Amino acid sequence: MDPVLLVASIMVSATPILLAALGEMVVEKAGVLNLGVEGMMITGAVMGFAVAVGSGSPLLGFAGAALAGAVLSLSFGLLTQYLLSNQVATGLGLTLVGLGLSALIGSSFEGLRAPSLPKLDLPLLGDLPVLGPMLFRHDIMVYVSLALVGAVWAFLKFTRAGLILRAVGENHDSAHALGYRVVHVRLAAIAFGGACAGLGGAYVSLVRVPQWTEGMTAGAGWIALAIVVFASWRAFGVLLGAYLFGGVSVLQLNLQAAGTTVPVELLSMSPYLITIIVLVIISARGVHGAPGSLGRPFHAAA
Amino acid sequence: MIRLERRLEPSRLWTVLTPLLAVALTMLAGGLMFALLGKPPLEAIRTIFWDPLFHPQFASYSRPQLLVKAGPLILIAIGLSVGFRAGIWNIGAEGQYIMGAVCGAAVGLAFYPSDSALLFPLMVVAGGLGGWAWAMIPALLKTRFGTNEILVSLMLVYVAQNILASASSSWLRSPEGMGFPGSRNFKQWPAVHNAELLPETGMHWGVVAALIAVIAAYVLLARHIQGFNIRLTGEAPRAARFAGVSPARIIVLCLGISGTLAGLAGLFEVTGPAGQVTIDFNSGYGFTAIIVAFLGRLHPVGILLAGLLMALTYIGGELAQLMLGLPGASIQLFQGMLLFFLLATDVFTNYRIRLSRREVA
Amino acid sequence: MKRRTLLASAALSLALASGAAFAQGDTPKVAFVYVGPVNDGGWSQHHHEAAMKMKEHFGDAIEVIEQESVPEGADAERVLTQMALSGADLIFTTSFGYMDPTINVAAKFPDVKFEHATGYKTAPNVSVYSARFYEGRAVTGYLAGAMTKTNKIGYIGSFPIPEVIRGINSTFIHARKANPDVELSVVWISTWFDPAKEADATQALLDQGADVVLAHTDSTAPLAVLQKAGAYGFGQAADMYEYAPEPRLSSIIDEWSPYYIERVQALIDGTWESTSTWAGIGDGMVGIGEFTGPIPEEALAAATKMKDDIASGAYHPFTGPLNKQDGSAWLAEGEVADDGTLAGMDFYVEGLTTEIPN
Repeated sequence: MDPVLLVASIMVSATPILLAALGEMVVEKAGVLNLGVEGMMITGAVMGFAVAVGSGSPLLGFAGAALAGAVLSLSFGLLTQYLLSNQVATGLGLTLVGLGLSALIGSSFEGLRAPSLPKLDLPLLGDLPVLGPMLFRHDIMVYVSLALVGAVWAFLKFTRAGLILRAVGENHDSAHALGYRVVHVRLAAIAFGGACAGLGGAYVSLVRVPQWTEGMTAGAGWIALAIVVFASWRAFGVLLGAYLFGGVSVLQLNLQAAGTTVPVELLSMSPYLITIIVLVIISARGVHGAPGSLGRPFHAAA
Repeated sequence: MIRLERRLEPSRLWTVLTPLLAVALTMLAGGLMFALLGKPPLEAIRTIFWDPLFHPQFASYSRPQLLVKAGPLILIAIGLSVGFRAGIWNIGAEGQYIMGAVCGAAVGLAFYPSDSALLFPLMVVAGGLGGWAWAMIPALLKTRFGTNEILVSLMLVYVAQNILASASSSWLRSPEGMGFPGSRNFKQWPAVHNAELLPETGMHWGVVAALIAVIAAYVLLARHIQGFNIRLTGEAPRAARFAGVSPARIIVLCLGISGTLAGLAGLFEVTGPAGQVTIDFNSGYGFTAIIVAFLGRLHPVGILLAGLLMALTYIGGELAQLMLGLPGASIQLFQGMLLFFLLATDVFTNYRIRLSRREVA
Repeated sequence: MKRRTLLASAALSLALASGAAFAQGDTPKVAFVYVGPVNDGGWSQHHHEAAMKMKEHFGDAIEVIEQESVPEGADAERVLTQMALSGADLIFTTSFGYMDPTINVAAKFPDVKFEHATGYKTAPNVSVYSARFYEGRAVTGYLAGAMTKTNKIGYIGSFPIPEVIRGINSTFIHARKANPDVELSVVWISTWFDPAKEADATQALLDQGADVVLAHTDSTAPLAVLQKAGAYGFGQAADMYEYAPEPRLSSIIDEWSPYYIERVQALIDGTWESTSTWAGIGDGMVGIGEFTGPIPEEALAAATKMKDDIASGAYHPFTGPLNKQDGSAWLAEGEVADDGTLAGMDFYVEGLTTEIPN
């Protein structure tokens, strides 16, 4: 088994859930639980595909996907932040809406092919032995997703806006008392989460597959939600979780292809089992960190 | 400036009015969507909401079917709501549903072709235990290691699906199935067939269990000390701890209840309406039940009504596809809209809308 | 028991209302049930397209109703009953999992006719139909064997059911005919539809040295990955000609429309009766897409001949001598597999190295 090819495959395979999970982590950091990731991803997948086909530019497609994801997520924002609806139910409703809407929009894009996203052959770096083909010959979205991990980490840790976002998520009443506009902060976070989920979906329809078919994200949004929990709401934890999950998924397929004697049933369960086991090990060491106000509606009592 | 003011008590009037308002709004928005798709909007809406109940050709069949479809949703949602009340997020009911069905079916098939009257009760116990055991994994990991139950219960859904696939294509596969996947059909085995109890009603043991669960949950939450402990844990975890409520016991209790009920739902479904264990036997009841639980505001009676409403949109949606050729996706979107409007209008129940000149600090 | 009477009486009243025959200018109603969305790009889409072709053929002489994304099990039984109640005369149930629901509903509506795809249970008003896709897999398997340079070909399987196992065996036997050194790696992905997973599985097979990959799942994701890698593959279910000439070498196409037209015609003529159809290349139910890409001359000729011989019945893809994987004898020299064994096939042939999961 060639580790170079394996790592390269893992990076590509994990990118959709990495993007979606990173967005959802920011949303949850702001104290909002949006279970509609799958719906936003699939909407991003269809809109990204539509825009890329229409404009001939995959990058415009990604922009369109991010926009579509953000707009859709704001319907969730409107309901949960202004009309104070239950976040869990609204998020699940968002998934239904996203799946239905994307199928209706997408029916005219069946069977088309999207312009492909070229691989960036990074000069010098791409020519490195071993590391070159492993890390530096991917398409631009792989690097965008990695850069986003760093950016989100830095944003939450070092910037004032990041501090406010965390404060809103930890205790919205205190944040409100300090004069922060809880609802606005949360709406911004929700839109960011929607945009990231849209990008993740578009990565499936524009790079990973690349084609539009109804329901093509096939549950990736749920995995993204689980990855956020796995990460204990930390940016690099999300990276680790997405690459671990993607890694085990790819590895088990490779083991099958290599003709291993491990039973296939066990292999196909392995991504889920290993994620659980690793989380148990982490949590046994006592690391938690769900934001204090996660999922609770905020109403500024007058 | 529009301002929301929290009501001291949820408005009784609006509790009744909001679902009606939401349905009316859904009809408007949905009708617009159907018109855009080039389908007759009024007819579509009538087909979804009216025909399953009153259509001369279908109603005598589809009315009982409402119970068949709503039964498992309600049964699972009741169990989930108990946990949700305590702030315990079991989102893996789908997995517990599968394991209940697989365990119950396995126990039954081990005694094939017995016609003992004890076999079906034994399978029911096995089904409940299967769901319970599957829910105990996240419960014990949470109490022992503090592992988050959301992730564990969700991941176990995928594991259960793999077990289901393996069961139906090998160890529960019908020996008379010519090598095709799928277990024996329980409908052709009268001793264990969960048939209709009263003809033409749709009532099977699963529906009965759902109704019992509604009542039991009502009593538990309203009258019983454990119900009080559950609610206290959800609303004020620290106060609960001061009152001597053991969080670990609540976790085990809540996940146990929801797992057992989901497992029972699976067992009743596999021995009744579905008939056999197959690769795709589960049809998302465990996930839809989460929606039902919240749509019913985590209240047993609300869940009963929400389950029936969801079932209506499923069956009405099927009829609309059949009669008017509506795409399946539009039905999904329609359900999403209904959910959104129900949630959005809920604001009137808990809040008063006030208009004021100035923003109050 | 009483429910059956109710339904029977409902059916009866319907029959009375609509007239059992079509003599009075009544248009026959033909219904289709699909397991996936009608634009899943695969199995359900092809049944739907065939239904549309059939509708086009008959025009206003018939009415077609459809229902997509119907889960197998309890929901299927309800949908079928509703279709029967709404006056459908002939109902096509297009997925294996609809077998028992079809039989159950058919028992309640003896005047409604049913056609179940890929199953084996029949009744006086239930026919079954299925395609011998393994015939197509013989041709694509041969081409795969001829094209591989690494002597390793890959196969993406969904679930280890007889249909898929037949495909794997047929592929392997004929790949070996073209190239005796060929090895076949199978990756099971436990789903019929998950484009991203199909792409991952293809990549995994490539990473393990395969340079031709066949898929028993329906999306075009494998071909897209193969194209990037410069490897070869085949269209599955559809022609997937948009990937020709490379990586697509040929394709196995589901051709249901001739059968649908024939059966609806029988319904109109009043000659419909319960049948079991298992049709292949010769009957036109399994289509072989045009050969494209850099296939060597002699391989092209051999594949064409194989296709023609299968179509004419001169050659059966499972012809002895063949041993089972464990080395025990299965078919003697010149012996041909019987349909019963093929239908329930649950073993690999000799030479395959991995085990069938269970």
